[in-house]
Amino acid sequence: MATRTKAAASRNTVLLIATRKGLWTLAGDAARRNWKLAGPHFLGHIVHHAVLDPRDGKTLLAAARTGHLGPTIFRSTDRGRSWKEAARPPAFREGSGRTVDHTFWLTPGHASERGVWYAGTSPQGLFRSTDGGVTWAAVAGFNDHPKRKAWCNNDEDGTPDGAKLHSVVVDPRDAAHLYVSMSSGGTFESVDGGADWRPLNRGVKADFQPDPDPEFGHDPHCLRIAPTAPDRLYQQNHCGIFRLDRPAERWTDIGASMPKSVGPIGFPLVVHPHDADTLWVFPMDGSSVWPRVSPGGRPAVYRSVNGGRTWQRQATGLPAAQAWWTVKRQAMTADRASAVGVYFGTTSGELWGSRDEGRTWKCLARNLPHIYAVEVA
Amino acid sequence: MTGAARARGARAATRVRIPGLLRSYTGGAEVVDVELAGAAPSVADALAALDARYPGLAFRLVDEQHAIRPHIKLFVDRAIARDLAEPIPRGAELMIVGALSGG
Repeated sequence: MATRTKAAASRNTVLLIATRKGLWTLAGDAARRNWKLAGPHFLGHIVHHAVLDPRDGKTLLAAARTGHLGPTIFRSTDRGRSWKEAARPPAFREGSGRTVDHTFWLTPGHASERGVWYAGTSPQGLFRSTDGGVTWAAVAGFNDHPKRKAWCNNDEDGTPDGAKLHSVVVDPRDAAHLYVSMSSGGTFESVDGGADWRPLNRGVKADFQPDPDPEFGHDPHCLRIAPTAPDRLYQQNHCGIFRLDRPAERWTDIGASMPKSVGPIGFPLVVHPHDADTLWVFPMDGSSVWPRVSPGGRPAVYRSVNGGRTWQRQATGLPAAQAWWTVKRQAMTADRASAVGVYFGTTSGELWGSRDEGRTWKCLARNLPHIYAVEVA
Repeated sequence: MTGAARARGARAATRVRIPGLLRSYTGGAEVVDVELAGAAPSVADALAALDARYPGLAFRLVDEQHAIRPHIKLFVDRAIARDLAEPIPRGAELMIVGALSGG
């Protein structure tokens, strides 16, 4: 165990912090005690997501746009020392009438498919690159699916920042087995590499719809697969927290066991890299007019170690009162050390980390812009 | 227009004024001259010529349905161009402006 921790930590954790005003990196020492902030890259760009390719350990993609300029993807093949723009960023088919406002989500493809990446956009679209992010093509099986318009409610429903396709999940056992989620629209599955798709939402609440158990139209905020047990999926949804153990088709409500004073609403969800029963969420206030802040101004992570049957509050080190920030859906992640480090970035520009799986928290960086995404590089 | 460009006649250069937000593409250049072929070149032709020299630039200004992006304004000799098909007369100047996009 100790050897494993040392081995993992000796790579020195680096966090990619994507913000509303650019991209920063935060590099930890071997013990993950001291951290050094560097950046910005792309100052003034709205960076929705920045992700390292785990297959080569050096390719970074960053999804960016500015208030004026259209969306693009920046690529680095030297861990961020230099960047080059994608030659053909994600764009909808000419004549489709749809335009990509921004690329919201990036997912490296299967370990066996080097160079393959997926991108989810706003409005909802799915794109694929087979050359490490240089050129992107629409996944026509999704974007032109005869039911896509219905799934996306004719592009009329969206979050305040636009409807999004996010949480592109690749089954680590099968490159052709994919999941995506949409806000709104729900969660969808493909077993043929994206040629066809079907809804996978039974049991998930959608209390903003008249049908209590619709086939689609839900609002999953974040979908995750358990790395050590890929038949297990978790989702933090607009209406709660849910778990699905395939091949089952019906999600189980695991948010009902959250404390009533906190509730089951939030954006991010992180699964333990070595234990499929352990996960973390970051609740926010989804009551009344949806303030989308920490409940009561008292931010806390909640952890379950039994697949969501029970939850423990983890707030040691976090502000005890009058802290009104929250955490966006891509802005919480974990490293792969034996004693897993958990990290989240806030809407107020703070980066918090825990070296002990959430038991204690320390602020690692302050005064950044609104944080959209945090990933381990 | 430069004297040299005038001397080229039908392939005279069109001057493009580049806003600060695009100068990362042009190596800092505030003004770029592009040569446009054909008898009646359009704004689209000018942007295509710019994109050929500075790959990726045009898509930041114009979306995949050939619409000028909401916070980009294009002016041909100080008159706003609302359509990429609008002509650029010989000797005219194209000005690209990033306009009011919020905080």
